[in-house]
Amino acid sequence: MIDAVGNPQSVLVMGGTSEIGLAVVEAFASDRPLRVVLAARKSDRLGAAQARLEKLGCAVETIEFDATAPETHSEVVRAAFAGGDIDVALVAFGLLGDNEVAWTDVDAAVELAQVNYTAAVSVGVALGKRMTEQGHGAIVAFSSVAGERARRSNFVYGSTKAGMDAFYSGLTEALRPAGVHVTVVRPGFVHTRMTEGLSPAPLSTTPEAVAAITVDAVRHRRELVWAPGPLRFVMSALRHVPRPLFRRLPV
Amino acid sequence: MPNTSLRGWGRTAPTRANVVPVRSAADVTAALAAAGPRGVIARGLGRSYGDPAQNAGGTVLDMTGLDRIHSVDADSGRVVVDAGVSLDALMRAALPFGLWLPVLPGTRQVTVGGAIGADIHGKAHHVVGSFGNHVESLDLVTADGRAHTLTPSDDLFWATVGGMGLTGVVVRAVLVLHHVETAYFKVDTEQIDNLDELMARQSVDDEKYAETVSWFDAVSTGAQFGRGLLMRANHATLDELPPKLRARPLRFDAPQLLTVPDVFPPGLLNRLTGKLFSEVWYRKSPTKLGAIQNITQFLHPLDIVGEWNRGYGPRGFLQYQFVVPLERGDVVRGVLDRMHAAGQVSALNVLKRFGEGNRAPLSFPRPGWTLCVDIPVNDGLGPLCDELDELVLDAGGRHYLAKESRTTPEAIRRGYPRLDEWRKVRDAADPTGVFTSDMSRRLELTS
Ligand SMILES: Cc1cc2nc3c(=O)[nH]c(=O)nc-3n(C[C@H](O)[C@H](O)[C@H](O)COP(=O)(O)OP(=O)(O)OC[C@H]3O[C@@H](n4cnc5c(N)ncnc54)[C@H](O)[C@@H]3O)c2cc1C
Repeated sequence: MIDAVGNPQSVLVMGGTSEIGLAVVEAFASDRPLRVVLAARKSDRLGAAQARLEKLGCAVETIEFDATAPETHSEVVRAAFAGGDIDVALVAFGLLGDNEVAWTDVDAAVELAQVNYTAAVSVGVALGKRMTEQGHGAIVAFSSVAGERARRSNFVYGSTKAGMDAFYSGLTEALRPAGVHVTVVRPGFVHTRMTEGLSPAPLSTTPEAVAAITVDAVRHRRELVWAPGPLRFVMSALRHVPRPLFRRLPV
Repeated sequence: MPNTSLRGWGRTAPTRANVVPVRSAADVTAALAAAGPRGVIARGLGRSYGDPAQNAGGTVLDMTGLDRIHSVDADSGRVVVDAGVSLDALMRAALPFGLWLPVLPGTRQVTVGGAIGADIHGKAHHVVGSFGNHVESLDLVTADGRAHTLTPSDDLFWATVGGMGLTGVVVRAVLVLHHVETAYFKVDTEQIDNLDELMARQSVDDEKYAETVSWFDAVSTGAQFGRGLLMRANHATLDELPPKLRARPLRFDAPQLLTVPDVFPPGLLNRLTGKLFSEVWYRKSPTKLGAIQNITQFLHPLDIVGEWNRGYGPRGFLQYQFVVPLERGDVVRGVLDRMHAAGQVSALNVLKRFGEGNRAPLSFPRPGWTLCVDIPVNDGLGPLCDELDELVLDAGGRHYLAKESRTTPEAIRRGYPRLDEWRKVRDAADPTGVFTSDMSRRLELTS
């Protein structure tokens, strides 16, 4: 259960090796150790993540999760809830891909779309169902500023995030009557493995900073947050910039 | 889909459940038969601060419709009541017979079932003990749907007293009330300059009074820290009443003093208003001995506070209440110092000395000092309360489940060493775990 001051007792990370996802767990666990379920493909990184959280006193369970196999997702989510209620579920998996490959290669484009959009949808449906049954809980979906307005440089990724963002924004409304809170987090450029080697955009941030904003959002039951916060104003301006001008901006 | 959002008096941590109104014992049995995998819990008037009367995704029985007073026997003081009867209604019915409910909490808007479930205490605890001490028998519907009449010779009786609804549903109880000549109190109020003196004064002469409590100001600093009012009283006898009250000595004189939401806009309870409130409260009651006061004036000034739960803003508030052994009165000071250092304001601080506890394994009162403070939920409160928990538990103290909303299962295990004894009795009565609540999940009270 989430208590009166907003401490959860259990967190599920869909995409259990996600740096942002793990940073969020660590931020919650800095107040109190948690029961954590990491859902990811088996890998050394998953083992390392588990060890890292156990060191903080968390009880960690791992389950097998393949984002490209949506037909298994209901079962994965069922297994995640088998050990007791999940108070907070993080939808934290995704691929950045290489945009130039993605928009010219069918397989690469479909993989991005499947992982970032289709899987996010199937996981969201399954989580929504379980949380409605348990009568409480919070879902956090990590979207991206890239979904706000597609740019030439990463529009395939941006298009998948636009889709997932729209889905979870709708899910926020759909699950509200069930007492389930859905928060969409829109980070900007985050220094992670995913963005290694890319030149950082203005207002770039870190997984820890995104985590702090996310924890705060869950505690205050906020529905949409930006990381860092000022991006909200930047993006609402950029959204309305005319195309010929937008094209020439260094964003 | 579970369709009603429920939360406690502190307005924190809402969850959704299927709320089923109960009008008879048969309704309870039917609801138990229809219960799904997420179980059932009873709810009275929802005056607990946290989540003991919530059951996310499951069934919550609204007991307030089971509200008949079956009989009042003026001679023996025995009353037979349904569990959903409020203490307010019961007092109004019993007073004309010269009968007084010996245990009254800071609000009368609680049900008999809720009073048993939390084994509530009042300002007379040092003399009369807690609510369970005055229950002659109770009818409990257990998980199998059957009703049992339990008396203090049954272990299940004592597991139900203070058992937070987790042994079954109380549908009826026989209570034994006290005889009084009047509905008024003869009150001694002493205005005292600081906390140490207040605690010292409160430690003497307690046995001369039926009711005692103190309120103090934790906002003012320095030499004034903990200045407060020690309020002690006995029931007024007929000849102690002023002539104008003597005509109707048993009149239930319970006016509403003041409605707070109009005074404090939402979320405005901060250092400033806390200071203002403390000043007014302290000034309004200079030392005065032998004043005749009605029930609201003396016992239920907290009914003013009752309205405050809306004034704490969208994140709600919590009440931190603990008891520590009498020789560890220093913890009261320690807790206040820590709160002060962390910049947390509590406008209302109530201090009381408990007398002997009873046999119930989860009953809260035990000989000691009990302090309650109200704090609005804000950032940093969680870690602060975790620190306070350590102070309390290291001193051999514990937390009151009716007010609890954020501690850990370990803290409850440490504070209630008889938890396993209680679990054994509970598990025998409910082997499949039908009774469950948000609190029982959060604090791992049941397995
Ligand atoms: C302003 C204020 C002042 C207070 N002052 C005091 C005080 O001085 N002393 C004190 O001890 N408490 C005090 N309390 C707390 C209050 O007395 C308890 O929380 C009490 O349990 C509330 O009763 P309720 O009917 O609202 O029960 P709820 O809050 O609805 O339920 C409380 C518990 O009782 C169980 N329960 C309710 N009905 C039944 C039933 N029929 N059968 C089995 N279990 C049942 C529930 O499952 C739950 O676990 C105060 C509360 C407020 C709001």
